[in-house]
Amino acid sequence: MNGVEGRFAGALGAFRLDAEFALAPQGITALSGPSGSGKTSLLRCIAGLAHLDGHLTVAGEVWQGARVFLPPHRRMVGVVFQEASLLPHLSVRGNLLYGARRARSKAEIGFDDTVELLGLAPLIARSTANLSGGERQRVALGRALLTQPRLLLMDEPLSSLDAASKAEILPYLERLHRALAIPALYISHDASEIDRLADHVLVMNNGRIEAPSRRAPDPGRPGLDGLSGAERDRLALAALRAGLTPDA
Amino acid sequence: MSEVVWTTLRLAGLTTVLLLTIATPLAWWLARRRVWWKEIVAAVTTLPIILPPSVLGFYLLIAIAPQSPLMALLHPFGIRTLAFTFEGLVIGSMVYSLPFAVQPIRGAFEAMGRRPMEVAATLRASPLDAFFTVALPLSRRGFVTAAILVFAHTIGEFGVVLMIGGGIPGKTEVISVRIYQLVESLQYGEAHRLAAGVVVFSFLALLGLLLVDRRTDEAVR
Repeated sequence: MNGVEGRFAGALGAFRLDAEFALAPQGITALSGPSGSGKTSLLRCIAGLAHLDGHLTVAGEVWQGARVFLPPHRRMVGVVFQEASLLPHLSVRGNLLYGARRARSKAEIGFDDTVELLGLAPLIARSTANLSGGERQRVALGRALLTQPRLLLMDEPLSSLDAASKAEILPYLERLHRALAIPALYISHDASEIDRLADHVLVMNNGRIEAPSRRAPDPGRPGLDGLSGAERDRLALAALRAGLTPDA
Repeated sequence: MSEVVWTTLRLAGLTTVLLLTIATPLAWWLARRRVWWKEIVAAVTTLPIILPPSVLGFYLLIAIAPQSPLMALLHPFGIRTLAFTFEGLVIGSMVYSLPFAVQPIRGAFEAMGRRPMEVAATLRASPLDAFFTVALPLSRRGFVTAAILVFAHTIGEFGVVLMIGGGIPGKTEVISVRIYQLVESLQYGEAHRLAAGVVVFSFLALLGLLLVDRRTDEAVR
């Protein structure tokens, strides 16, 4: 089994998580659902930053099992947090190399290729202090890729960006999507982002995975429960443009 | 005169280095762990701030006296007592200045939050690796503050060093004790020179502290 397969169950404070999921060996899976549904908690469990009962196998390696719990630094995982969380005492290059130097497998994702893919060349010598939000997330993404991960986790990487920064970074994410040879889990509740980037969609509600892994849903079909009013409007608009009659 | 200054600087320097080494893991534990008795430990480490130096000096003197159980452990090594020795003075100064080392470092660790260490872990850094390459550099302001405070506070201590050091010239006599003795024997001229030196030094230490604060404020945007 080459992909990702896991289940986590347990209480985090008053919240109960009971999530079973599987990811294909390649491609981006969007993890959607209302806020507070446990998406970030699930991601933290996968990264090993939180510890609940369960099991997790990634590319044939057991990260968590009955008597196994790999600490985060022993998991070949790349994480992009909601806020870029660059290390402020290091330059852009220092951030990119921090993980690259500690990667335990040989470099399949090259430094130059990553810089090229994410357009980081003009930033490389700069300090992280005066980067724009979009630039910070691109650096964070590159930094995660250079750890040679077997699984990439992204926790709403665009949600703290303004519209202009989003528009700037999305083409890079689409390029990444085409180039990526590993599975990626992408948390978002923005339908247009999911539409542009995701091959599969998982919907989470109340700590459970509701919909099984499948292709991005057609706009205008049932399954809109988790969406905000603005997202419904955008879906309806997209449906109209595509010549469909909205029935929702 | 130069002898007493040298003893004082040696005491302050040694105390600063040793105390920062001990205070760092303690501050990390206080900043990170969530156990109910944590604040009891924090209160004990802060106690020297509010205890009268004579109380502290009294207990320290008892602890390093020949009959104490603590010293009994050192008897096999040929050490009978640390009272009225330079080594005893270093230990006393470390206890006396402990809160001035722990508080700024703990504050810096807490201000950093958990995220940088989580980021380092997802970038394959082991906890120890991440501590040295992320936590320490991000908290350097706390360390500089602690070092300046401990150094200056050790130079300024009087009651504790008098009680456990005894003011033996060349061994345990420091500037603050010498000034006291000079004034007692009405040698005001000499006392003036030393006292003015301490004032100037203390001013420079505080100025340095404020400048460090400003500089790191700007560096962290």
